Amino acid sequence: MNLFPSISCLTIVPLLGAIAVLALGTKSTKLARGLALAFALIALAITLTVWHRFNPASGGLQFEEVHAWIPVLGVQYHIGIDGLGLLMLLLSAIIAPMAMAASWQIQQRAPLYFSLILMLEAGLFGTFTALNFFHWFLFWELSIIPAFFLIRLWGGSQRATAATQFFLYTMVGSVTLLLAFLAIFLCTGKFDFMDLAELARNGQLLPAFTALGAWHHFTVEKISMVLCFGVFLGFAVKVPLVPFHTWLPATYAEAPTGTTMLLTGTMSKMGLYGFLRILLPIFYTQLRWLQTPLLWMAVATIVLSAYAAMAQKDLKRIFAYSSINHLGYCMLGIFSILKFTGNDPALATEKTAAMNGVFLQMFNHGLTAATLFWLVALLEKRSGGARGLNDFGGLRKVAPVFCGVMGIALFSSMGLPGLNGFVGEFLIFKGVFPLAAWPASVAVLGLLATAIFVLTILQRVFSGPLQEKWSQMSDLTLGERLALLPVITLMFVLGLCPQLVLGVINSTAMQMVQQLRF
Amino acid sequence: MIWIVRNLWLIPALPALAAGLSALAKQRNRRFAASLAIGSMGLSFLLSLFAFAHALHVSGQGKQVIQVFNFPWLQYGGEWLKLGWMLDPLTSVMLVMVTFVGLLIFIYSTGYMAHDENFTRFFCFLSLFAAAMLGVVISNSLLLLFMCWELVGLTSYLLIGFWYHKPAAAAAAKKAFITTRIGDLAFLIGMVWLYSQAGTLLFYDQGTGCLERSALMGLVAQTTCIGMAASTGIALLIFAGAVGKSGQVPLHVWLPDAMEGPTPVSALIHAATMVAAGVFLIARVYPLMAAHGGTSLAISSTTALQVVTWIGAITAVFAALIAVAQDDIKRILAYSTVSQLGYMMMGLGVGGVAVGMFHLITHAFFKSLLFLGAGSVIHGCHEEQDIRRMGGLKKFMPITFATYATGMLALSGFPLFFSGFWSKDAILHAAQIWTISRVPFYLGTLGALLTAFYMTRQIYYVFLGESRLSDRHNMPHTKAVDHPEHSAPATPHESPVSMTVPLMILAGCAILLGFIGTPAWPWFDSFLSGQQATFNITGFLEGGILPVMLSSTVIVFVGLGLGWWLYGRKPIASADGPDALEQLQPQVFHLLRNKFYVDEFYQATFIRCNTWLSHLSDWFDRRIWNGAVWTVSYVVLGLSWLARSTDNYLVNPGFDEGCHTVTVGAKFLVRLQNGRTQNYLRLVGIAFAVLVVFLIWSGVR
Repeated sequence: MNLFPSISCLTIVPLLGAIAVLALGTKSTKLARGLALAFALIALAITLTVWHRFNPASGGLQFEEVHAWIPVLGVQYHIGIDGLGLLMLLLSAIIAPMAMAASWQIQQRAPLYFSLILMLEAGLFGTFTALNFFHWFLFWELSIIPAFFLIRLWGGSQRATAATQFFLYTMVGSVTLLLAFLAIFLCTGKFDFMDLAELARNGQLLPAFTALGAWHHFTVEKISMVLCFGVFLGFAVKVPLVPFHTWLPATYAEAPTGTTMLLTGTMSKMGLYGFLRILLPIFYTQLRWLQTPLLWMAVATIVLSAYAAMAQKDLKRIFAYSSINHLGYCMLGIFSILKFTGNDPALATEKTAAMNGVFLQMFNHGLTAATLFWLVALLEKRSGGARGLNDFGGLRKVAPVFCGVMGIALFSSMGLPGLNGFVGEFLIFKGVFPLAAWPASVAVLGLLATAIFVLTILQRVFSGPLQEKWSQMSDLTLGERLALLPVITLMFVLGLCPQLVLGVINSTAMQMVQQLRF
Repeated sequence: MIWIVRNLWLIPALPALAAGLSALAKQRNRRFAASLAIGSMGLSFLLSLFAFAHALHVSGQGKQVIQVFNFPWLQYGGEWLKLGWMLDPLTSVMLVMVTFVGLLIFIYSTGYMAHDENFTRFFCFLSLFAAAMLGVVISNSLLLLFMCWELVGLTSYLLIGFWYHKPAAAAAAKKAFITTRIGDLAFLIGMVWLYSQAGTLLFYDQGTGCLERSALMGLVAQTTCIGMAASTGIALLIFAGAVGKSGQVPLHVWLPDAMEGPTPVSALIHAATMVAAGVFLIARVYPLMAAHGGTSLAISSTTALQVVTWIGAITAVFAALIAVAQDDIKRILAYSTVSQLGYMMMGLGVGGVAVGMFHLITHAFFKSLLFLGAGSVIHGCHEEQDIRRMGGLKKFMPITFATYATGMLALSGFPLFFSGFWSKDAILHAAQIWTISRVPFYLGTLGALLTAFYMTRQIYYVFLGESRLSDRHNMPHTKAVDHPEHSAPATPHESPVSMTVPLMILAGCAILLGFIGTPAWPWFDSFLSGQQATFNITGFLEGGILPVMLSSTVIVFVGLGLGWWLYGRKPIASADGPDALEQLQPQVFHLLRNKFYVDEFYQATFIRCNTWLSHLSDWFDRRIWNGAVWTVSYVVLGLSWLARSTDNYLVNPGFDEGCHTVTVGAKFLVRLQNGRTQNYLRLVGIAFAVLVVFLIWSGVR
């Protein structure tokens, strides 16, 4: 159907860009970042054309490309996107140029820096499109490596620890993931996600695990649980889910801001995407056995991280915890969908609402969190590196525009109606409440705590008497305003007109829910 | 469909547009922002009048009084989430009230805020507020109402903290937002619950809306795990939102602090409109509040409405008691507002929509009148807010005095000629015939007495007697009034025309509005319920109306007399002397002055718990989770150290030893093959010789 392999093209463009930028050597910072931005914008343009050509009425895969690769191992080159994949592609394509803009003043080894960002973008594109484990896992790992070097080489004072912690954590997750999939391959001979999901739907997956049955006299159920846990760990670390989250605050705080934007905006979505694309369709039975503890784990993620954010003094750490909190709502939505509801069409609709809410929340959180980190970077640039909650005061007087933009982003993160954050959270709560009333009611505490720390930031940083040492601080420059304008506009547009996104993802959400319903 | 119904959205959209445009305007475009805000509000007012006329026309014909316009907003699964707006008598009355009071307050603000450097921003926020508030009023969907409701909270936050350089204002803004958000979260849960039960959030949608019969029947039939009907649970959760927004006990603490905002804001948001939104919400979802499964149609007896009544009655008295002992002119009015909002809630609980809403409307006029009068006083006294340091303003500010006195009499419920009398009387009468309990009636009566008393006290302190304005510099505990430029004691002055004209208009309304809801001609009641009002003088004689009127008249006079007895008989001598009530009952007075220590109680319990929880979460992260991770990593490190030690001390020495042996052997072998031909030849020669010798020796044998 598609003569032109748009998706492959999309993945190759940033890779080519990374090579091109690196090939320039260290000669010209200006040229390197200009070129990198150009490649990122080309990728964005391709994504937009794909968005335009995407058929929103179909919930299945589109733009599929299948080629034989290593037939003996069941490895195919199989890529394609549905509404979820498309949304994630768009998010990555938006965040990458934003991250570059936020890193504009980096001088030290700039070509390498921008080349690594492009490589990371390629990794993201690959992860969000690949449908065969082998191929997918390659990109999943490919995205960790540039992130590691970005943190290790350009990070803050604690960067070595942070980078190691980040790498080890995600590595442990990756290893369990890999082992689990190798075991699955041994049993089924398949690596393709779609095939595996098909097996699971037909109930053939569980019997297949008997091949491992001799293994310490485990029952098939137990084996499947072990495998499920291996895959689960890989994603739970990435999202992250409490208690697998302690790498995150340190990493987000120490990473250079552009990288933090990519980490929170897009890489955290890789974990969620994994849950939705891989874990849920293949291991829904196993997850359903554990639904209650999982739901409360999501609630703990929401509430504990919001409260932990309240206790932080560093703006970046506050937003890091807030990020965990926001993704907790997605996890709550995902786990509530596991509930067995038989053939009740009303509850199926609630599940679809929650699923739509999860997709929307993923996108909106990416936008808002990345913007918040960007604004912290702009603040740090002006303050000479200070970014403590109590370092400032009364900044609204000298930087009213900055305060306004920060206010919009903060209220968006708090879920104020009219801005993008609200709709996703509303749909999640709307869907989750009938499925799991008590977890939803307790999770509301997270919304309260979020309001408290958001307003504390506005109070401590922007209100009160102006401190003498900041009286010369400059407001946003024209360039910065123009760079921020698109994303702020997007916040308003999506807050008022969420159908723009929902129209594209709804069919996918419906199909995903339908496939889980038996 | 009728044009005005289809285009009702224009009423909130115009101020929203004004807000958007003035947000982009530069600070120096003051005239632009002000005229934009006033112009858009004026247009909205005209449209509201049009809508009102239409509603009047429709209800006069006895047709269906609720007209709706719904539109799809977003899609999930096979369903569309719809939003919409509606026009019914309740909406039309609120529209006219909000736009009219808003317009007057906008005009007043041009005078009051004339010297403020953020004048443009002020009008931007005010317009945004008006847009959100009007959105609440016209919503035909609980979700749209909730969204506007949150935006109202946002603008309230922005305007309370308008003088952001004052730490007290910043703290008050935060407190207001968070306190109301506690209620809003309950509201959110109630809303999603309602959505899951009723399948829609539209109020009215041709028989399928959530406030219509079929949905309500379903809600009443559902029971929850604690044996309560789902309708009751949902109604109580929604009421929690109203408790937060309308400053009812126990979430009333934010409203007095909100007085840190500019006075026009206090008048518009924290007296007339936003705080009344909670009351309006309950009026809007009244069918849900009153839904019950029984066959008897005894009104006002559902659990939800009983809770509303009790909370309202307790708030009415509680706040009035606190108001008695306050010294800040705006805080007295703030507690008075809390108390009056309690009355409205009680009115809704005992008497239905019309009773509560009538007091809402009259209160909106006379309370905004009082606040604007207070603003005029503060303006005239050079930012002085402490009533102990005022006095004798009557002769300096005659117009302010006359209008303020009108507002005060209306609030106190002075008989016959003031609107407050009629609206309060309707509530008291309904409370008196309430079948559940008589206690709310007694509480309401006590509240009326206290209201008359504290307003008399305020009048004596502010307007009568001798000026004590010069005392402000002798006071040892001068309150933080951060306007050092006014250090020279100046005489008070009357405010400019832009401020006094709105006062006079509002004063007129405070008197006249009472006559639309007298027992003889209950037009307001009839209009809201879609009937024709008839004039019938015998309405006074029905069911105990006259005794209630007489008793409340007596109560008002007792309150006024008590005020005169304590504060009027001998003029208040100095600003730092003790209050007359303080001399009588010092302990009670201190308890009241400290607002029953509610703030301190919350500080010691909820806020401390919250802080503790946040530190616990942080500690958990740093010590427990991270500790576990570090333990694992140390175990791994320990294992690797062990492995290295084994290498170093066990494997390596053995390996080295082996290697050494090999090396020695190799060295010997190396010597054998060092590449020199003569050596090889020598070796070959020797070998050959040995071979020959060997052969010879063996051959000989």
